Amino acid sequence: MPQQIAYLKETASQTAGPYVHIGLIPHMAGFDIFQNNFGGVLAGADTPGEPIAIEGRVIDGTGSLVRDALLEIWQADANGHYAHPADKRDAAAGFRGWGRTGTDFDSGVYRFDTVKPGRTPWRNGKISAPHINVWVVARGINIGLQTRIYFSDEEAANADDPVLKAIEHKSRVPTLIATKQDKPGKATYTFDIVLQGDNETVFFDI
Amino acid sequence: MQPPAYQPIYKTSVARSPRRALLSLDQSLGEITGPVFGHNDIGMLDNDLIRNYAKSGDPIGERIIVHGRVLDECGRPVPRTLVEFWQANASGRYRHKKDTYLAPIDPNFGGCGRTLTDENGYYYFRTVKPGPYPWRNYVNSWRPAHIHFSIFGTGFIQRLITQMYFEGDPLIKTCPIVNVVPDKEAIDRLIAPLDINAAVPDDCLTYRFDIVLRGRRSTLFENRLEGN
Repeated sequence: MPQQIAYLKETASQTAGPYVHIGLIPHMAGFDIFQNNFGGVLAGADTPGEPIAIEGRVIDGTGSLVRDALLEIWQADANGHYAHPADKRDAAAGFRGWGRTGTDFDSGVYRFDTVKPGRTPWRNGKISAPHINVWVVARGINIGLQTRIYFSDEEAANADDPVLKAIEHKSRVPTLIATKQDKPGKATYTFDIVLQGDNETVFFDI
Repeated sequence: MQPPAYQPIYKTSVARSPRRALLSLDQSLGEITGPVFGHNDIGMLDNDLIRNYAKSGDPIGERIIVHGRVLDECGRPVPRTLVEFWQANASGRYRHKKDTYLAPIDPNFGGCGRTLTDENGYYYFRTVKPGPYPWRNYVNSWRPAHIHFSIFGTGFIQRLITQMYFEGDPLIKTCPIVNVVPDKEAIDRLIAPLDINAAVPDDCLTYRFDIVLRGRRSTLFENRLEGN
């Protein structure tokens, strides 16, 4: 009988449910309670980098809009530095790199206002294309789904990205690439997340 | 063990579960890092649901404290991490514009809060015990009393949302959402025992809920990071 290694077991995930807004974005639930609220605006006018917006929808296996999803994003600053102690390089002052928002109850659209991230170190000396990590929870999602947003105007970097290159089914790569909208003003990217079915977004086991 | 995405006993999961396999991702800096929160982010009453929405008095219901520790799989405490929680009121009604259950809103109860773990990974908050409520899954489905938890950990890989249940609640065993978890022991770890020794006499009962986040995977052989 070999020795047993006494690890604890990760707490089981449960769905965020239909009323996730109460706890995490109470203004969407219809009330105001905290002095400081977390939201979908990551960068202000003083944040270094190119201001961008990301907009999109979450779509279920029937093609219907998911109007009760909560999304969080995590990203590096414009220089590719993360605001976290494990990244020894300083991130831009005041840039947390994280935000959360919900899909709108009527339109089903979510939106983040941030700056475009720089390229970040990957493993073994390789470099990632600019990307944003995304985490989606909602009623009916038993464990949060992790995906990534890449940018349609970073073709060369995307072609060399170690994660995109690791996707065996190349037809699925475009599901991770946000499309730059052709309109003046702040650069805005569309990133729809398809939970199931045709063009199902690639989700990661990280 | 984590629940599979597709669990038809929980009907909403049928159309909201990916059909393709998840792609295993080699972790890099973007996964082992995550947002950092501090005391400036939260207010003095944010961990007191009895007072943080009080308008004309205390909320109605069973006064309780919920406390515990946030640890990783190696048993190490996760200090200074954000723990958020939300729940229905004592009669099972949520303060949410989409909740139309006939039980009344409590004018003195918001139903959400948050706190940071201390140096030892410890957290606590004060609230009233939530009531069960009906939902449209099967024709007579009722959720057990539960509190939703959201925990960050030190990296985005540890991000977790779960639900805490209360010891002895007979609705736990019939609930499709509980039973999406395929492992009975994992379900048992979602059930907070009554912690009578930590009760406040003449004031509050206490429940204990420890949370375990994923351990950081070793990268020892790859680039010799410290702290494995």
